[in-house]
Amino acid sequence: MARSVSTRRKLFFTVAAWSVALLIFFPVLWTILTSFKTEASAVASPPELLGADWTLQNYSDVWARSDYPRFFMNSVIISIGSTLLGLLIAIPAAWSMAFVPGNKTKDLLMWMLSTKMMPAAAVLIPMYLIFQKTGLFDTRTGLVLALMLMNLPVIIWMLYTYFKEIPGEILEAARMDGASLKNEVLYILTPMAIPGIASTMLLNIILAWNEAFWTITLTTVNAAPLSAFIASFSAPQGLFYAKLSAASTMAIAPILIMGWFGQKQLVRGLTFGAVK
Amino acid sequence: MNMTLRALLGATALLTLAGLASAETTITVATVNNGDMVRMQGLMDDFYAKNPDIKVEWVTLEENVLRQNVTTDIATGGGQYDVMTIGTYEVPIWGKQGWLASLNDLPADYDAADILPAIAGGLTVDGNLLAAPFYGESSMVMYRKDLMEAAGLTMPDAPTWADIEAAAKAMTNRDAEINGICLRGKAGWGENMAFLTAMSNSFGARWFDENWVAQFDQPEWKATLDFYLNLMTNYGPAGASNNGFNENLTLFQQGKCGMWIDATVAASFVTGKDSTVADKVGFALAPDNGLGKRGNWLWAWSLAIPKSSQKQEAAKAFINWATNKDYLALVASKEGWANVPPGTRTSLYANPEYAKVPFAKMTLDSINSADPTKPTVKPVPYVGVQFVAIPEFAGMATSVGELFSAALAGQKTADEALAEAQTLVADEMTSAGYTK
Repeated sequence: MARSVSTRRKLFFTVAAWSVALLIFFPVLWTILTSFKTEASAVASPPELLGADWTLQNYSDVWARSDYPRFFMNSVIISIGSTLLGLLIAIPAAWSMAFVPGNKTKDLLMWMLSTKMMPAAAVLIPMYLIFQKTGLFDTRTGLVLALMLMNLPVIIWMLYTYFKEIPGEILEAARMDGASLKNEVLYILTPMAIPGIASTMLLNIILAWNEAFWTITLTTVNAAPLSAFIASFSAPQGLFYAKLSAASTMAIAPILIMGWFGQKQLVRGLTFGAVK
Repeated sequence: MNMTLRALLGATALLTLAGLASAETTITVATVNNGDMVRMQGLMDDFYAKNPDIKVEWVTLEENVLRQNVTTDIATGGGQYDVMTIGTYEVPIWGKQGWLASLNDLPADYDAADILPAIAGGLTVDGNLLAAPFYGESSMVMYRKDLMEAAGLTMPDAPTWADIEAAAKAMTNRDAEINGICLRGKAGWGENMAFLTAMSNSFGARWFDENWVAQFDQPEWKATLDFYLNLMTNYGPAGASNNGFNENLTLFQQGKCGMWIDATVAASFVTGKDSTVADKVGFALAPDNGLGKRGNWLWAWSLAIPKSSQKQEAAKAFINWATNKDYLALVASKEGWANVPPGTRTSLYANPEYAKVPFAKMTLDSINSADPTKPTVKPVPYVGVQFVAIPEFAGMATSVGELFSAALAGQKTADEALAEAQTLVADEMTSAGYTK
């Protein structure tokens, strides 16, 4: 009897989980489907699925009109570059906060997080001027720095949470065995926090890849990533949904595939320490 | 030795000069994604053949993103863009700020006098042409000839609002999913407020009196909004408060609108390959109320050079090419006359080949009947037909648009929306220093 109830509950939660997952994934799925329709079919009412006019023309048009490889490479460099640079700064910062906390550590963490609460547009003009004057405008270096700064609070917070789960005694033992600070962080802490660091890295690559305010505002031609590529296919007048969907699919496909392969690491890292 | 040195120096100088002569100037052009602009990008070989020392880099963005980016750049003197695609709203405002370079010195063969006077008027500040029109548009009535015929009605070339209401009533067939009329309802200064401001001109309404006092508490605005809400509630599509240009275009193309009053540029879409009613569409001027003003607007996407650009000459060469009469002929030779950017030059409409395009005459008549310097019946202190060319307008009109959109959705009455609009606009104008 108990077994039967358990199976029913299991079934219920499985169905519920799939329903929520499908609900979340539906916009992405619909974008992908729309990208293979003609413009007329894409806006048909009621929406067409089985009877739609399917075509690959949108992909061919988008490829012909834009230099996709350039946008793609910019996205790769900017998202990976900003994440690695962020980790380089965040690992020692999170270490000190987790293992050598001061009186103001909690306040410092809250202050860092509070910078994420400010709307980006509030600092648009200062950022624009700084980038102009320093020659960082429309450069990959500039965007790596901007996105690193933008995501740094999240990286530090995530790493801090993971590091807090690591018993301080292990690091203490290493120190007693004569490990230097560098060796302690590099050879003891980092390997133990690999799942956390990996999930932080994956999440921040996704955040940087999808960032669309600064990447569009601070670039024109040379450093424009895939967010600018998508923005170029939206139109105020005329039908553009199918081509826009094709451009969006081309832009999200790499990160979707990366997320698919990295999901085990991502879930493991995100639930790290959630249940004791 | 001396001779050798001289020869070497001479050769070096020559090589340097040759290098300078062949140096390529790269200009960055910010533009919107529309059919005419995309077509231009496909015809760049012609520009490069005529200007081998200039390279053009394109930055194509969605309209609102483009507006934000170019505004930020020009306001900070960034100089990231050498040519900007801007509308008739920006030109007078930016011109007064002294942000745009004059285009009065374009070559003689550019023939600036050939630009349609109504369009040129909106792009000229203190006698300086500050932007060259790439395409111009007004608004007009697009209607289903077959449905009108079935209803036993004929659409006049210059209808009144009463004609429009009668036609909408006659063509509405809810069972067949046909709405008598489709109009913009989505909130935004360039969405429902473009339509309603233009419509209000034909009812004698105005945004401000000569002293910049808000006029939403006047009977003309009430008549405008009441008529619009009545028309849309009785004969418009469901959920009309979410409909902008693209949504109405889709409805019309699918045969679900008897009439649609919107941009003249839509004519090529509703008669194009994606339209199921392509051969059944007629055109008429935007309606009036017998007060001497029609409810049509005037807009031009134009190319301008920010003063902060370091490559003024190359930018001018590009604008000359892109907006010259020769460019129109180039498009016609490659893609046919129907695909030529409309609404910019008098000579285009004098061309017998272009006259064969079904919507050519109505587009010209619509553009010519709009006067941005005298947009409505009573005098106004501003320039602009469907907008008021002051920096505060975009924000204010979007807020007012939200109120009117809410009225269309049934969340407010017309009186409530107008009263709130009056308070909002009056407060904003006082804060901005126009009134005390």
